[in-house]
Amino acid sequence: MSDNTTKPAEEARDERSLLPAVDVFEDAGGITLYADLPGVPRDSLSLQVEAGNLTIEGEIALAVPAGMEATHAEVDLSRYRRAFSLSKELDTEKVKAEFANGVLKLRIPKAEHAQPKKIEIRID
Amino acid sequence: MRYRTLFPRDVFAALERMQHEMQPSFDWSPSIRGGSGDRYPAMNVGGTPQSVEIYAFAPGVDAATLDVQIEKGVLTIAGERQVETPAEKAAVHIDERFAGRFRRVVTLPDDIDADAVQAKYRDGVLHISIARKAAAQPRRIAVQ
Repeated sequence: MSDNTTKPAEEARDERSLLPAVDVFEDAGGITLYADLPGVPRDSLSLQVEAGNLTIEGEIALAVPAGMEATHAEVDLSRYRRAFSLSKELDTEKVKAEFANGVLKLRIPKAEHAQPKKIEIRID
Repeated sequence: MRYRTLFPRDVFAALERMQHEMQPSFDWSPSIRGGSGDRYPAMNVGGTPQSVEIYAFAPGVDAATLDVQIEKGVLTIAGERQVETPAEKAAVHIDERFAGRFRRVVTLPDDIDADAVQAKYRDGVLHISIARKAAAQPRRIAVQ
């Protein structure tokens, strides 16, 4: 799993977005990804797996009173986007997603044939 | 923590951001409390004639453990974020998310009413709305 977010440069120019912070762990059974997407309601989160690419996108929706003027903004865009290329041993049919309090958890298991087998080392 | 924009090599975006960070604003003191970059939670501050609105982007926090205080015209948001740690035999490929204790402080304008505060935590964002004192709100004066 590698980060290829910066590749579609043309696209990025048209629609700038925030890069969410992520943690990615891999164990024998698969990959677990956590992404911080604060301010994104569940129905504004989009996950896509296409041609070996995983794309996470989300739109921030905040309760803003009418006529508010921003005086300080560290989060200065309203959309998150991050993409990863997946390697072929990952089973994209069995991705599990949980989303709560602005944190996305994705579990992408490895395909059956890619599950670990202990390789014996013979010393003659 | 600051969320980097998607295309970090964009020079214009970087310049724009630098300029943005150097601009002082009336109810924020970036100088003595450090820059606004790379902090958790990231914060946005705005205002209307009736209120001051503060948004703290604090995903994955138990709202019950958040400590929000107003004292001497200063708002403090503190808490702790525990992130899931990898299993013993797991490889860590990317490790960017903030973990641990945090505390952020914002100077509030003089006209706020510290007794009229609302705080809500939704979708990982803590939204604090503080009313301004009635006397400070703009009033239209009828011309006789």
